[in-house]
Amino acid sequence: MCLAVPGKVIEIEDLPGMRMGRAAFGGIVKRVCLEYTPEVQVGDYVMVHVGFALSRVDEAEAARTYKLLEELNQLAELEIPDATSPPSGGQKE
Amino acid sequence: MRYLDEYRNEQLAQNVLKEICRVQTKPWVLMEVCGGQTHTIVKYGLDHLLPSEIELVHGPGCPVCVTSLEMIDKAHAIAARPDVIFCSFGDMVRVPGSQVDLLILKSRGADVRIVYSPLDCLNIAKANPEKEVVFFAIGFETTAPANAMAVWRAKQEGIKNFSILVSHVLVPPAVASILESPLNRVQGFLGPGHVCAVMGYEEYEPISARFKVPIVITGFEPLDLLEGVLMVVRQLEAGKAEVENQYGRVVTREGNRRAQRLVNQVFEVGDQKWRGVGSIPKSGYKLRSEFREYDAERLFQIEQIDTQESTVCISGLVLQGVKKPHDCPAFGKECNPEHPLGATMVSAEGACAAYYLYGRHSQGHSQLVEVRSP
Repeated sequence: MCLAVPGKVIEIEDLPGMRMGRAAFGGIVKRVCLEYTPEVQVGDYVMVHVGFALSRVDEAEAARTYKLLEELNQLAELEIPDATSPPSGGQKE
Repeated sequence: MRYLDEYRNEQLAQNVLKEICRVQTKPWVLMEVCGGQTHTIVKYGLDHLLPSEIELVHGPGCPVCVTSLEMIDKAHAIAARPDVIFCSFGDMVRVPGSQVDLLILKSRGADVRIVYSPLDCLNIAKANPEKEVVFFAIGFETTAPANAMAVWRAKQEGIKNFSILVSHVLVPPAVASILESPLNRVQGFLGPGHVCAVMGYEEYEPISARFKVPIVITGFEPLDLLEGVLMVVRQLEAGKAEVENQYGRVVTREGNRRAQRLVNQVFEVGDQKWRGVGSIPKSGYKLRSEFREYDAERLFQIEQIDTQESTVCISGLVLQGVKKPHDCPAFGKECNPEHPLGATMVSAEGACAAYYLYGRHSQGHSQLVEVRSP
């Protein structure tokens, strides 16, 4: 129910008293109310819930998180058992 | 990037899982707040990929589930009137009341329409001036800006034949109520990403501090949820209890101030009855008196409806993370999505319905079910 889907804004129209637009979700294009996201420009991604854009997707933040997740693997591989450290709470996996 | 498929990457999921295994040393109980998160977890079998000492319990965050039976019966009483066009989100139309559901009413001739957005109701009202158009305004904070805008626009445009039946619920009082319960087992939360896209997460900070629980605002894709688990477990292992934001691409600390402003202009906070849980103080929205002409409850003066919930159903305990769906003797037997006995089976986002849908019929049934994308 609190589902919000990322869509790419492809058109903005400023109607009297209401900022509307159209956003593409994969192959589907839907009308979206942009009244709560005045900063959004054509080409931006927005999170849309029941026809309303609730926030602009922060691309830099998305890329940063993604990179962090990629690097986790290297972090795990760096972990070489160290005979000098005290034993941890139990063997897992 | 499309901000969707990337967060379903199997290799990255393995990275996060490895890291969770690396940092976890003690058993922990975590709750995901949202029904949408529950759905992703059960659909992808994420809970079975985690170390067995990390238990995920499922929270109260499905608004369709927690809408009280009285309110559903009221909706049906209004929808059955010949002078009414009753509009609803699709999730609500198959939810049974004491007698019928909205689809049954439609088959008997009632004008029931499924809308994509509450704004659609305003066009329906303009096109049908001889009818009363009523929208079933349910939801958490995520949906409140849309419902508030519909009422606000109706007033601006002078639309007189539109009203909403309000059953709005708020997340922070429910989280606090779970933590206050003597039965509580939850040690950390995956917070509601889209609720916080609207509200920000400042209001979770006092809860985290007061109950000494980590709360990590988390998204809805498999990688989001796994990273959320990792962040909560890291805090728990380090003895920390803070609010952190996993879902930074969508959520900021202050949220969407414009949306909050309009919600506060149209709604005020009031007590709310949650199906399966009972009344929680200051846990819902009501229309402010300036907008009472749009209040369907007042307009149609539906009398108090007495309802009887199942005595077998344990959905209240499931919603609070105390029990799992398969702990219930009725689960999958007399209670199923076709004939739900209680809150957590009525919507696909309810924990019981998700367990039923993905074949979780008993404890330890850890087979991963192959699923198609919706």
